[in-house]
Amino acid sequence: MANTPLIEMRDISIAFGGIKAVDRASVDLYPGEVVGLLGHNGAGKSTLIKVLSGAYKRDSGLIFIEGKEVAINNPRDAKALGIETIYQTLALADNVDAAANLYLGRELRTAFGTLDDVAMEAETRKVMHRLNPNFRRFKEPVMKLSGGQRQSVAIARAIHFNARILIMDEPTAALGPQETAQVGELIKQLKAEGIGIFLISHDLHDVFDLADRLTVMKNGKVVGSAAIKDVDHDGVLGMIIAGKCPPGAIPGPGALQSAA
Amino acid sequence: MSKQPSSSASPALTDDGPVRRFLNATEIDTRMIGMIVALLLIWCAFDIASGILRGNFGGLLGGSFLTPRNLWNLLNQTASIAIMTSGMVLVIVMRQIDLSVGSMLSLIAVAGGVLQVYQLAPSLGVGHPAIWIMAIIAILALGTAIGAFNGYLTAYAQIPSFIVTLGGLIAYSGVAFLLAKGETVAPMDKTYKILGGTIPASWIGPFWTWTLSLIACALIVFAIVNGRRQRIRFKFPLRPVWAEATLASLGSVIVLGAAWIVNSYPWPPKLAEAYAKENNIAIPAGIEDKGGNAICMAADLVVRCVEGFTIGTGYAAPVLVAFAIGAVLTFIASRTRFGRYVYATGGNPEAANLAGINTKLLTVKVFALMGFLVGVSAIISSARLDAATNALGGLNELYVIAAAVIGGTSLAGGVGTIYGAILGALLMQSIQSGMGLLNLPAAFQNIVVGAVLVVAVWLDQIYRRNVK
Repeated sequence: MANTPLIEMRDISIAFGGIKAVDRASVDLYPGEVVGLLGHNGAGKSTLIKVLSGAYKRDSGLIFIEGKEVAINNPRDAKALGIETIYQTLALADNVDAAANLYLGRELRTAFGTLDDVAMEAETRKVMHRLNPNFRRFKEPVMKLSGGQRQSVAIARAIHFNARILIMDEPTAALGPQETAQVGELIKQLKAEGIGIFLISHDLHDVFDLADRLTVMKNGKVVGSAAIKDVDHDGVLGMIIAGKCPPGAIPGPGALQSAA
Repeated sequence: MSKQPSSSASPALTDDGPVRRFLNATEIDTRMIGMIVALLLIWCAFDIASGILRGNFGGLLGGSFLTPRNLWNLLNQTASIAIMTSGMVLVIVMRQIDLSVGSMLSLIAVAGGVLQVYQLAPSLGVGHPAIWIMAIIAILALGTAIGAFNGYLTAYAQIPSFIVTLGGLIAYSGVAFLLAKGETVAPMDKTYKILGGTIPASWIGPFWTWTLSLIACALIVFAIVNGRRQRIRFKFPLRPVWAEATLASLGSVIVLGAAWIVNSYPWPPKLAEAYAKENNIAIPAGIEDKGGNAICMAADLVVRCVEGFTIGTGYAAPVLVAFAIGAVLTFIASRTRFGRYVYATGGNPEAANLAGINTKLLTVKVFALMGFLVGVSAIISSARLDAATNALGGLNELYVIAAAVIGGTSLAGGVGTIYGAILGALLMQSIQSGMGLLNLPAAFQNIVVGAVLVVAVWLDQIYRRNVK
């Protein structure tokens, strides 16, 4: 078992106009591990993760990948380090087709430097076939696709480029039960390949099914972290709602002090 | 299954009538067909109306609209607006707007005029070949720079482009006025004037018109064959062969038809006569009028040397420039990364950012390209007028935006095609020139143009809602 984490985010802070959205939060992630990030709306989990994906620039704090400090100032930096993100909003360009979205920012090009649309479509057909065998609408802008189909395009984009670290922000929010199960299968498969996954979710069941550990945030601070096997639903709910750490969890800076 | 075109995803449409099957198989944009039909209807209506006005109930082709002369002029007049419209499509697709193009055109044209008339001509001598080259380079550079400046303020200073370019609309025309000192700057360099399309040197004649048209046809066929080969390579569904053949022949017929029309427009008699005299070509008999005056006169509004000596005009330089720019921009928009990023950013700016696209720099580039195209139009407009004034580009911004919108560009961003916008420009110009032909008062013309814009967008909304 590797002792250096794949990712370590240490004392990350970011404020928007005086409001501390994330306040000295630290999380880590090991290869082949799924860490669930939990918390209310506005708890700061999406913001924290956007710092990692390069969408936001942190005010302070350090990020280490395999023990080495890295600079992530924009999404390109993050992608170059193998960090891929599936955003809650999916972040798809609705007016172009699946292949254009899959390769957005990383287009395949011909020898003349022009877009190689045919090659991109061919690759897209392969990836999408793996994720969603019923997907046929390759020529249509993604705005015409169903929620589940759009989600699979976003997932395909994240896994197609040999990600080492995958961030999934509410990956099953738009999905039906069957598709949710498919995503669960996919997560297990990626985990087996040694990819580390941050899973942000509202759904406790999802997290308990899929994650190895969890970290709870409240008001921008980390309440605590715990291995899934050490806590139960009620304990985690207590962390989310009251900020109270159950015995099995390691309290963070955001934990309720009086409980100690 | 493999015979099914990939875009006909909706199974409800597959057992429709032959028209629908034809459209599905050829993958022709139905919206474009609508525009072409509208254009043809407008042309026919103006032709019949102008025929009636002349007391000539000849029905279709009895009027003066559908004559080679008028259509040739129409193309020439559309060129400047069409060029700017091509750039405006990309600006609007990126969810921006450029209201300053008209004032910018005036400013750039005046600057180019001042440079050649007051600076270069006195120092180098009138007609020196460096004059037109330096003027053109300076104009294009200035246009690109002003465009980039607009883009910089929009992207980096984060001032909405509406405000930036509204400021430009007001300010640039002021600069143009100061630069020209309120005067008309004239005349332009002789070689420079070739780009205006008003002098014989800028007409390429029937031979080159046919040659270029045949090359264009060959390119159409090549593009279709190449596309098919690519799809075979990756085992994608193919269009039926008959559909490909229809597309190729339709494209070729349009290209060759246009060539035939512009070649049918002869040089004006006076110019033809001068040319014949200069080159010692004997003017054939039978074209003197009863009074013994030389060559057929411009009688009865029909400028046509019925028998004898005629020279076909062919395409004029501005039209060729507009075609070239339309083709290049279509290529940029659909086949390059730059174009892909422009559309993706227009569709979802946040997604483009998260995908690692530098949308700020992209905005500057798009505005710079717009400025470059304004420079091209400034050259054409001032060369055509043989003068530059601070009112040269007046109201052009509105015609350009209107043409882009009529051509199917969505102000919400993300949607729009270059060819659609060029068709839109042609449609706008057709309405204006047709009403001019009917001697309608300018105030009435404005009312109609404004109404057409609003109605066109309304129809487009209905169309889009029903297509979905």
